[in-house]
Amino acid sequence: MIHLRYEVDGSDFVSCGKASEDVKRTLKNIGIPSEIIRKIAIAMYEGEVNMVIHANGGLAEVEILPDRITIVLTDTGKGIPDIPKAMEEGFSTATEAIRELGFGAGMGLPNMKNYSDDLKVESRVGEGTKVTMSFIL
Amino acid sequence: MTVGEVRNILNAGVLCGQDLLDVTEIKSACGADMMSDVLAFVKDQGMLLTGLTNPQVVRTAEMMDINCIVFVRGKTPDPSVVRLADDKRIILLTTEERMYPACGKLYRAGLSEGSSGKATA
Ligand SMILES: Nc1ncnc2c1ncn2[C@@H]1O[C@H](COP(=O)(O)OP(=O)(O)O)[C@@H](O)[C@H]1O
Ligand SMILES: [Mg+2]
Repeated sequence: MIHLRYEVDGSDFVSCGKASEDVKRTLKNIGIPSEIIRKIAIAMYEGEVNMVIHANGGLAEVEILPDRITIVLTDTGKGIPDIPKAMEEGFSTATEAIRELGFGAGMGLPNMKNYSDDLKVESRVGEGTKVTMSFIL
Repeated sequence: MTVGEVRNILNAGVLCGQDLLDVTEIKSACGADMMSDVLAFVKDQGMLLTGLTNPQVVRTAEMMDINCIVFVRGKTPDPSVVRLADDKRIILLTTEERMYPACGKLYRAGLSEGSSGKATA
């Protein structure tokens, strides 16, 4: 079993994606098929971006088992008041400044749901959000 | 077509990856300024055309296994972004063409949107 842990810096949009990049590299090194790696990398990257643009950063933890990979993203940001609404394609509270950077299309959570085998979003307003994604190998 | 042919069609400048132009084959492409729209389509996107130049464009390409990014409207990213792409062996091109004619010229030359489709996990 491999366990990876990353602090995601919420004030640094430039280095956002580094954790996902490292996970991608690790999965490649241990010989996971590239189509599966791509799905995992995209889903984790969307989650990492969300922690940076919506929650001031957080913690990303990845557990790699022989038959599955689990990614847990935890933050202490503002939380999500209406999770079903946030899951809708196109729903976004991102600012115009974020949109100018190419994010805030409201496709992040839908992409994460599509690419993972299981997605769980738990959130409390004012306390934070925990996103758990599983991928079956 | 090769990235070298793309460069010719778009009369593009090469920012990095010069040595890869003729050995990198592109079968399909997409044009977008919203990175999540790019990330929503998982299959075989060899090339991304965009008007954005921030580092997350390169990271998006890396997650997608995209080999080449074309900046339209004469946009050129910061040297730090070029270095990031160069490290990942992603080719960067820049063209004066706007998005629509750039995509149109490539499509007419035989580069389609390929087999891309929404991924169902
Ligand atoms: N970690 C998070 N903390 C707080 N709010 C979040 C978080 N992740 C997502 N959200 C909320 O859910 C909405 C939809 O997220 P997403 O589908 O990724 O779209 P986008 O990031 O483009 O806005 C966001 O606009 C935001 O309001
Ligand atoms: Mg998002």
